[in-house]
Amino acid sequence: MKQVKILGTGCAKCSQLADAVKAVIASQCIDAEVEKVEDIQKIMAYNVLSTPALVVDGEVRSKGRVPGLDELKDLLTR
Amino acid sequence: MNMNQPEQTSSSLKAAAMTVVAAVVWLLLYGNLEPAADFLLGVAGISRATRFGEALHFFIYEVPKVLLLLTGVVFVMGVVHTFISAERTRAILSGRRAGAGNMLAASLGIVTPFCSCSAVPLFIGFLQAGVPLGVTFSFLISAPMVNEVALALLFGMFGWKVALLYMAMGLLVAVAAGMIIGRLGMERWLEDWVQQMQQNCSCGADETGDAMSWNSRLYNGVTHVREIVGKVWLYIVLGVGLGAGIHGYVPENFMASVMGRDAWWSVPAAVLLGVPMYSNAAGILPVVQALLGKGAALGTVMAFMMSVIALSAPEMIILRKVLKPQLIAVFAGVVALGIMLVGFVFNAVFSTL
Repeated sequence: MKQVKILGTGCAKCSQLADAVKAVIASQCIDAEVEKVEDIQKIMAYNVLSTPALVVDGEVRSKGRVPGLDELKDLLTR
Repeated sequence: MNMNQPEQTSSSLKAAAMTVVAAVVWLLLYGNLEPAADFLLGVAGISRATRFGEALHFFIYEVPKVLLLLTGVVFVMGVVHTFISAERTRAILSGRRAGAGNMLAASLGIVTPFCSCSAVPLFIGFLQAGVPLGVTFSFLISAPMVNEVALALLFGMFGWKVALLYMAMGLLVAVAAGMIIGRLGMERWLEDWVQQMQQNCSCGADETGDAMSWNSRLYNGVTHVREIVGKVWLYIVLGVGLGAGIHGYVPENFMASVMGRDAWWSVPAAVLLGVPMYSNAAGILPVVQALLGKGAALGTVMAFMMSVIALSAPEMIILRKVLKPQLIAVFAGVVALGIMLVGFVFNAVFSTL
């Protein structure tokens, strides 16, 4: 089971990323738990400067942008 | 992974080919705007000699011109952004001294992707990595104010002189304000938890950069266009429409008495009015267009535009999470003062041109 975290302080792009990630997880039948992290201090713990960021199993895989669905598929299953 | 290799290369090639085709189409369109506008007017049987015809011609030439310019610039910047992340900028800036560091920070503010919603993580992250407070502020002032959208729009609507001067003055404000804040030694006016995070952080400023395929980079350019142009096209149509509409319908010097060059107090008044207001570069353009068209002085209008974009009430509220009120007041005061000076300089320079 993958631990997927979406870091973001609640901007429009952050919810876009969350929706896209959920869509990819559902369509690819990935076994994953998605959590949104909105607390700024927790976000800083990942050493991320630009939100939204995507964290999979503790590793930051994208930041500051909303990747396309194909790239997300790759980032989530890698 | 090996199986994927040829597939990825071919899709990257496809993306590159599509980009080339788009670039050619862009150039063809951009090069033929004037004849196209003439042609459309001819088809409609409207003469350019009439006031209405001239206004219409202005409109159907300017709107696609500004939109094309913006689309081109925003696409290129969307791709550039995938190379210059905020993390990389931080690595470049960490440990820089005042002066050169401020200049570098302000310049990087133009090209680094920035969204006001991530201002706080950015701010803390910079400080943690040892970027001096004043240098961080230079970046934070320049990033929203001097960006590709503002510059492309100013260039498209008012010409390269105005765009260049806006950039130079914006950078100057960012550098000077950052240096002053750095000099004042305001570190103790950071919120306590920020100061603590700064001390017990072992995070380095190392940045290897995203290993992205060209496909993803170009895709980022496209999403950037969709996001920006999709949001601002209406303001451009409105702005140019206003410009076309007042091409002769409202008395030319309508605003001159209130916002003309002779009314020196109009610059501080414009800044004070603009500070609490919040808009992006595109949203304020129709107003800028209308004011300029009616005889308001360029410096006054630029000062208004800068203060609306660079300082805003929502931004202060976001920054309040990391700054104590004293530092926010200094920040707003120094930047507002800088913008006022810019207004006066603009007015002086453009009265001699």
